[in-house]
Amino acid sequence: MANVLAVTEQRGGALRKTSREVVWAARQLADAMGGTVDALVLGAPGVEATGFGLGGVGADRVLVAGDASFANYSPCGYAGTAAAVAKAGGYGAVLVSATAAGRDLAPRIAARLDAPLATDVTGVAFADGKVTATRPVYAGKAIQQLTLDAPLAVVSLRPNTFAPGAAAKVGAVSQVPAVTASRVTVREVKAAGQGKLDVAEATVVVSGGRGLKGPEHFALIEKLAQALGGAVGASRAVVDAGWRPHAEQVGQTGKTVSPQLYVAVGISGAIQHLAGMKTAKVIVAINKDKDAPIFQVADYGIVGDLFEIVPRLTEEVAKARAG
Amino acid sequence: MKIAVCIKRVPDTETRIRMGADAAAIDESGVKFVVNPYDEFAVEEALQRREKAGGGEVVVLALGPDAAQETIRGALAMGADRGVLLKADRVPADALAVAKALAAELKDGGWDLVLFGKMAVDDCNHAVGPMVAELLGLPCVTAISKLELEDGKGVAEREIEGGVEVVAFALPAVLTAEKGLNTPRYPALKGIMAAKKKPIESKPAALGEARVTVTALGLPPERKAGRILGEGADVVPELVRLLRTEAKVL
Repeated sequence: MANVLAVTEQRGGALRKTSREVVWAARQLADAMGGTVDALVLGAPGVEATGFGLGGVGADRVLVAGDASFANYSPCGYAGTAAAVAKAGGYGAVLVSATAAGRDLAPRIAARLDAPLATDVTGVAFADGKVTATRPVYAGKAIQQLTLDAPLAVVSLRPNTFAPGAAAKVGAVSQVPAVTASRVTVREVKAAGQGKLDVAEATVVVSGGRGLKGPEHFALIEKLAQALGGAVGASRAVVDAGWRPHAEQVGQTGKTVSPQLYVAVGISGAIQHLAGMKTAKVIVAINKDKDAPIFQVADYGIVGDLFEIVPRLTEEVAKARAG
Repeated sequence: MKIAVCIKRVPDTETRIRMGADAAAIDESGVKFVVNPYDEFAVEEALQRREKAGGGEVVVLALGPDAAQETIRGALAMGADRGVLLKADRVPADALAVAKALAAELKDGGWDLVLFGKMAVDDCNHAVGPMVAELLGLPCVTAISKLELEDGKGVAEREIEGGVEVVAFALPAVLTAEKGLNTPRYPALKGIMAAKKKPIESKPAALGEARVTVTALGLPPERKAGRILGEGADVVPELVRLLRTEAKVL
């Protein structure tokens, strides 16, 4: 019997969506292990409010570490606190979400606990007394099964993969000490711009490639993304050409995305790009070359001039959404 | 400035993955291996810092098979001073085991900076850099896209969802590089010739017990074959109709 510690994440005092996923996944794992779920909430004093309601996704207890130095992400502080809680005993697994913060945090926790780590997993289970994980490797070109052979394992979960269900647990809130010793300080968080959606988190992504012929034509992509309520993505070619920031790059040396809808505009579909978006639920491709590899993975393709097709699509989508 | 850069030999990102006879590994025949793309940003950053400091040493470390000597040689051709190969037939799936072997080598090295790529494009772990930092008790900032160093102190920027974190730290430190940190140089012919004479020390990696085992590796489920609806803007209403009624994503 072993318990599961779910490390949650907040920004500006608001619980991030992935936190509910990580608590829910912890619930499933704890049920398999015959243990309970503790959700760890880290933040500025008063942060416990973000933990209210975590019982509804499966937390038996909510442990709160509040400290002024925890308002922003504190790499060593969060890792030290999570490791101290985990060391206190009874845990068989620590789960973290593989967000920008979680990717930084999970290896630190694993090192501090001397525990094996599986990152960015799309599945986690308990078999023969060991934690097992399923995860994409080679940017999704292959899927790996792992066994973590230790009494305590650390696992980070791919966001948007573990859809939370409903549980009726108590989620009783209690305080735990914050371990604040830190070797680095997050001095400031600069927002990317009002309401700008991150490509890795958006449910709709509209990406542009070299077919747009120049950075000025990305306005077409932005308008379509806006009409669909989605984020703007870009191919490696246009990022390397300096047309778009790297934060928008989709593919093996950019972000891996799994949105509900992915629209590829003027993107031929190099292997490294396909690796980053092939798990989208629905793929739409618009390209002038009917033999472009992107059409092999597109649920719906239109061959032709994107400069005619995209404005028309923006118009029709706006109409459809208004109606 | 004394700088260590840890690099990895990985399949090129254009590689089509095929399964090998061994159920837990890919078929490496015909696969082109390259230096992990993110590690190139780390090597470039090290070279620029050495140039700016007007001296110092850039040492490249790789854990991997003998063939990783070529990967090290590539970094030496870019301008690194010497290489260290920690020999292992295969890089273990256990990131902490890899980190321990690297930390054992780096310990007491008197480094000002230890640099990594933010992740390797084969196992996509994002883990070894921060683990090495924790094992060595050093400050660490991961996935940095901007770096300023002055008087033994640094400020780095890292991209997060919808924003940028500005992180302050003191040297010595471990940093992992995101794309965009710099533009890696291409080795010049002179550099390639010079690299042939630069020393590469080779020794067995101090790998302990691996507690992460790959029990299976397979290809992801295939998407159903693509469908082209037609040509030109007149197909758009049909596309919108299908997105609403068939795919139900509008």
